[in-house]
Amino acid sequence: MTKSKLLGDLNVYTYTVNEEGYLTNFSQWDEKVGESLAAEANIALTPRHWEVIKYLQNEQQNQVALSIRRIGKSGLVDIKEFYQLFPVAPLKTATKIAGIPKPASCI
Amino acid sequence: MNEHKGAIKKMMIILSKGTLENVYAAFVLANGARMEGIEAEIFFTFFGLEAVNKKKLEHLHVATVGNPAMHLPTMLGGLPGMEALATHMMKKEMEKIDMPDIHEFLEILTASGVRMWACKLAMDMFHYTKADLYEGVENVITVGDFYKQSESEGVHMLFV
Repeated sequence: MTKSKLLGDLNVYTYTVNEEGYLTNFSQWDEKVGESLAAEANIALTPRHWEVIKYLQNEQQNQVALSIRRIGKSGLVDIKEFYQLFPVAPLKTATKIAGIPKPASCI
Repeated sequence: MNEHKGAIKKMMIILSKGTLENVYAAFVLANGARMEGIEAEIFFTFFGLEAVNKKKLEHLHVATVGNPAMHLPTMLGGLPGMEALATHMMKKEMEKIDMPDIHEFLEILTASGVRMWACKLAMDMFHYTKADLYEGVENVITVGDFYKQSESEGVHMLFV
């Protein structure tokens, strides 16, 4: 599914997501796309959100399997704050905004 | 099915057993619900209370007797040390798949917003007080309170 968004200025951003709304190609991601995906999840991104998003992208790049437990051990954000930042399905929502695949984790 | 199209909004999990495999099952289900944006609560009753008893929660065991899936003859499962051995092996495997221990799991559940309750009847039976319980347990309640707590659309109840 390809989405075209008019984001503030006159630039039209086009990106492709899968049936669950995850970006299929990370090279299409930039902060505007992140903001657009966040808006769909009803999240207004703060600097703290961005720190977490950058952390997730970094972990993904290092091929770390993401889980709630690992987030808790990140040293960046604890689990409680993670749920405050992304209240509904935090790991799924945060990875979606970060433009990375949905983690296949049960914990 | 009605206006919420069968969506699961909240999982009410009753944990009645204190064996490691059952406790983990309940915890994974509760945590998994929160990860999906579903609310979750756990009602600890009977031996399930062991999972939130501060003195006991680090010492839960796998059941080796009466569990055909262990593929261990019941007679052998009852031998001294067999439960400890099976428990040790299971804990080792769990660490490999990044599974937290019981105490850490309780911390994760609390931080994730899982609400936890202890059953009054079972507390009375085992002569436990609230002070014996892990701090994340909100209160000691009756089964009636638990049902009241469950009244809403899209609430599912699960007995472990």
